[in-house]
Amino acid sequence: MRVMAQMSMIMNLDKCIGCHTCSVTCKQVWTNRTGVEYVWFNNVETRPGVGYPRRYEDQEKWKGGWARNKRGRLSLRGGGRLKKLMNIFNNPDLPGIDDYYEPWTYDYDMLTKAPQSTQSPVARPKSLLTGKNMDIGWSGNWDDNLGGSQETAAEDPILATMSEHVKMEFEETFMFYLPRICEHCLNPSCVAACPSGAMYKREEDGIVLVDEDGCRGWRMCVSACPYKKVYFNHKTGKAEKCTLCYPLIEQGKPTICSETCVGRLRYLGLMLYDADAVLAAASIENDHDLLEAQRGVFLDPHDPAVIAAAKANGIADDWILAAQNSPIYKMISEYKIALPLHPEYRTMPMVWYIPPLSPVVDVIKSTGSDGEDARTLFAAIDKLRIPVEYLAGLFTAGDVVPIEASLRKLAAMRSYMRDINLGSEPDEAIAASVGMTGTEMQAMYRLLAIAKYEDRYVIPQAHLETARELEELACSLDTDGGPGMGGPGEARGPYAKTPGMPLNSTVDNYNEMRGENHMGGEKTKPTTPGRLNLLNWTGGAVPPGMFPPKDSGAPA
Amino acid sequence: MTTWDILLWVAFPYVAMAVFVVGHILRYRFDQFGWTSRSSQTYENRLLRWGSPMFHYGILMVFGGHVVGLLVPKEWLEFVGVTEHWYHLGATWLGSVAALLTIAGIVLLMIRRRLTPRVMLATTVMDKTMYALLAAVIVFGTVATVMYQVLGAGYEYRGTISPWIRGLLIGQPDPSLMANVPFFFQLHVLSATTLFLLWPFTRLVHVFSAPLGYLWRPYIVYRSRDARNVGTGSRKPRRGWEKSERPTPDRERVPR
Ligand code: SF4
Ligand code: SF4
Repeated sequence: MRVMAQMSMIMNLDKCIGCHTCSVTCKQVWTNRTGVEYVWFNNVETRPGVGYPRRYEDQEKWKGGWARNKRGRLSLRGGGRLKKLMNIFNNPDLPGIDDYYEPWTYDYDMLTKAPQSTQSPVARPKSLLTGKNMDIGWSGNWDDNLGGSQETAAEDPILATMSEHVKMEFEETFMFYLPRICEHCLNPSCVAACPSGAMYKREEDGIVLVDEDGCRGWRMCVSACPYKKVYFNHKTGKAEKCTLCYPLIEQGKPTICSETCVGRLRYLGLMLYDADAVLAAASIENDHDLLEAQRGVFLDPHDPAVIAAAKANGIADDWILAAQNSPIYKMISEYKIALPLHPEYRTMPMVWYIPPLSPVVDVIKSTGSDGEDARTLFAAIDKLRIPVEYLAGLFTAGDVVPIEASLRKLAAMRSYMRDINLGSEPDEAIAASVGMTGTEMQAMYRLLAIAKYEDRYVIPQAHLETARELEELACSLDTDGGPGMGGPGEARGPYAKTPGMPLNSTVDNYNEMRGENHMGGEKTKPTTPGRLNLLNWTGGAVPPGMFPPKDSGAPA
Repeated sequence: MTTWDILLWVAFPYVAMAVFVVGHILRYRFDQFGWTSRSSQTYENRLLRWGSPMFHYGILMVFGGHVVGLLVPKEWLEFVGVTEHWYHLGATWLGSVAALLTIAGIVLLMIRRRLTPRVMLATTVMDKTMYALLAAVIVFGTVATVMYQVLGAGYEYRGTISPWIRGLLIGQPDPSLMANVPFFFQLHVLSATTLFLLWPFTRLVHVFSAPLGYLWRPYIVYRSRDARNVGTGSRKPRRGWEKSERPTPDRERVPR
């Protein structure tokens, strides 16, 4: 037994209102830079829907994750080591930027500075790749709230796997939101596919990172991740991915997406697992057994044998304590209500989800029945095959049994707690019908519904003995193009193209960086002739408009 | 032997060699973050899918040919049974295939770079310089080969250029060997030398990152948070590295 600790996340999907606050705050912190304009380390998808990048779940096409071969061993779906090296000059399974979307910005200046005219001014969208006007036809969440889903939802790879036909008529369908970040997998295929060995899993907390110095831009990780959560920075030529905000986690603070989540639906905590058991569990034959196999890899942090082994493996006492108090452990292993996203990719993902009961409740309510009555709810879970099968396609490789079990627990909690809230005697039979006690029901309710800050986030601080590095302000990634750039430090490398100032993705900056427009196309610059936004000046050459023209007689 | 001969065939190559070596070391030391192939595949893949493998496999073959032709002395090859005749056949036929692949590849790549606005805009001045030089090296080399080896009677560069290069490498340069080499071979050598001079400052550095180690390393890589300090993260701190606590008042030494 080799005990390792993993920082993990759970999202309670019933509470997600699809506000994208998590995505926006994450973007502001990590990907608000030229080169990663199209990148969302955190994105929120409307399901059913095609996802971001488009149809990323279609592994026939993208070849992400692991596949079990005839000898019962795991191999990368995109091919083994030799094939990877043979394909190094052109990666056959790489999504193009258009599979995400072509990034753009708007000519905002036009709105305030346009000269007087009879028409109202328009801020036209400009491509951030070419600087030209563009028509926007797709984005990271184009089908938000099922917008246009009659057209696109048929492309959803999960729908294709379902036995029943799902109508995408707006009145008849169901929907929910699926926020996604990197899964920080126990068996990460991105790490396995990196030819340079620049990607790694941290021994201490299991966070999967890209070593930006070691990355040589071979892009194999982008293809190999079945969740498409490694991105290629097209400016620096390096791979970037969700870092689980490790500079915060190390200080015992939650990630940006968790901290700012409006629905307060994200949980962070440790899981102890047996690293020696991971490969065997991921290689199990039947896809439906993968969930149980992964649960089997986790260790009980209260078990004295596990504690002894953890200590022997150098895990500190406060970390063991944190693992015992972990909300993740409660929801995965005790209540068994959380489920992994696409276990069939065999990467052993570590961001789990509590499936949403809302598709079921909504149907009940729309028929005028009592959406909090246990019996009605249980019957609906049995009867509403479409949402249940769809959820199974996401979380259990198509096995409806664990989905039903999880939904029934949520339904039971709903009606059990209603009695208490109404001041009547709670019905222990409801709790018993899902194999729980009333006390457990109430504890689960506190964790899921009340969800106090300190219950949601149980994050032990890193044992960092060099205190200087714990300073919140200093970040080793504050370099031009680096994911943490934005610090004040001098960051201009000898070969860098632009000085190390944070560059936001705006038309002004785009032109500033490009200088002249080489393509002879329309220039995007002179929206407001003679005006210069000094905030955007990177300190390079003197841009036109900085000083008044020499011969003009205008008073200074 | 004129001053020019010495400048072109001794001084210049040695300057290029020095810049090549020192430049790579310095860049590797100080610019790891800039060390990448800087692929543009995400912008465009229709042309790249063909152009890139053609060029790269072609140029690898060309490289192999140059090693055999330039660095391995003729006598050694003959010793292992490769006679003049066989060498010539091999060099001509394999060389032609390699040249065709390389040229078709680089033409495709250059067309793509010029005609795809996204790719063009991501092209730096250094990229353009590098492309021009690379094309010049390939064109001069091909012209020389076609003129002398394929159409002509065959020029015996293994008696002049090859020993000149080996002389340079072992520190006994002999510029007279190059003095009477045909013009296009000279141009080829000079443009290649210039390319080597610029090499460390271009994206060509990715050549030295060919990730052969991937064939042997374990799939999953673990790294410690900070390898210098064993005892970080969930690890117990090493003795002497424990977290320093703020001294509590009652444990503070009070002067008596
Ligand atoms: S989800 Fe994250 S850890 Fe898992 S394969 Fe993708 S990038 Fe790697
Ligand atoms: S911030 Fe929270 S509620 Fe809003 S979309 Fe993100 S996960 Fe959902």
